[in-house]
Amino acid sequence: MSHAPFIWGAYSIGAVVLLWCAVAPLLRKKSITRDIRRLIQIEERSRDSNT
Amino acid sequence: MNSNTIKKTKPRKNALVMFIHKMGSPPWFYQFTGKFIPWFWLIFGVLTVWGLYLGLVKVPADYLQGESFRIMYLHVPAAWISMLIYSLMAVMGFIALVWRIRIVEILAMCSAPIGAAFTIVTLTAGSLWGRPTWGTYWVWDARLTSELVLLFLYLGVIGLYNSIDEPRKAARAACLLALVGAVNLPIIHYSVKWWNTLHQGSSISLTGGSSIDSSMLWPLLIMAIATKFYYAANLLTRSRVKLLEQDIRKSWVREILREKS
Repeated sequence: MSHAPFIWGAYSIGAVVLLWCAVAPLLRKKSITRDIRRLIQIEERSRDSNT
Repeated sequence: MNSNTIKKTKPRKNALVMFIHKMGSPPWFYQFTGKFIPWFWLIFGVLTVWGLYLGLVKVPADYLQGESFRIMYLHVPAAWISMLIYSLMAVMGFIALVWRIRIVEILAMCSAPIGAAFTIVTLTAGSLWGRPTWGTYWVWDARLTSELVLLFLYLGVIGLYNSIDEPRKAARAACLLALVGAVNLPIIHYSVKWWNTLHQGSSISLTGGSSIDSSMLWPLLIMAIATKFYYAANLLTRSRVKLLEQDIRKSWVREILREKS
């Protein structure tokens, strides 16, 4: 029995899981930053219209 | 009593206490930890490349298991860190429950997904090692089952935390579950001694008497250190994002974003 598929399979799954675990918070940060910038813009616009 | 006497009797705060106090402040924590993350990722990358090169290329095949033993360089460090993360999560859970420090609650909760990821890696890599070695992907032996229970505990903590709307209440409930689940850690560690398991016993001992050759041991230790840096970098990244999310309407978040733009 060749062991190569088991070795590469284990390392590939490990790489995918750990890569996703590392990238997921960065994607979340991007979306939160976008939300905060939008909030700031809305607040600035409402402040401008009041003055 | 004059002012000089008061000055002398007043307890002095040492540097460590001051540092811990500062770390409790979200803006300070966000700015301070941000400096370390790229370095942690860099050290993780260098150690991983070095460890994998030694483990997959330089080290000869095992006389009994053949090439499949190379899965050990992923499976064993992942198993160690999966247990270490749970231990730290339980300790942080205890601190969060007793002293109600928000940053510690966040650190405990952000540890859970990383621990779950490492437990998945441990179980899948172990399963893929088991097929050529034992002739089966899975057996319900004590070590494998208790590691699977660890995954369920991590998923339970994540699920409980996300099921309650108020983040601080959610963290306290999940911290309590993390603390109770810590009883599984000695079961995982001693399962190979307490029960007759298919899973082999420890090959490495801190007190000496390791049955593994040193040429095979070094890549394993390098990979084990690499996983610690992965955890540190990922935990700090997640905690900073969680802080932004929770403090979305606070002025320090806006100031930081304005500074960056």
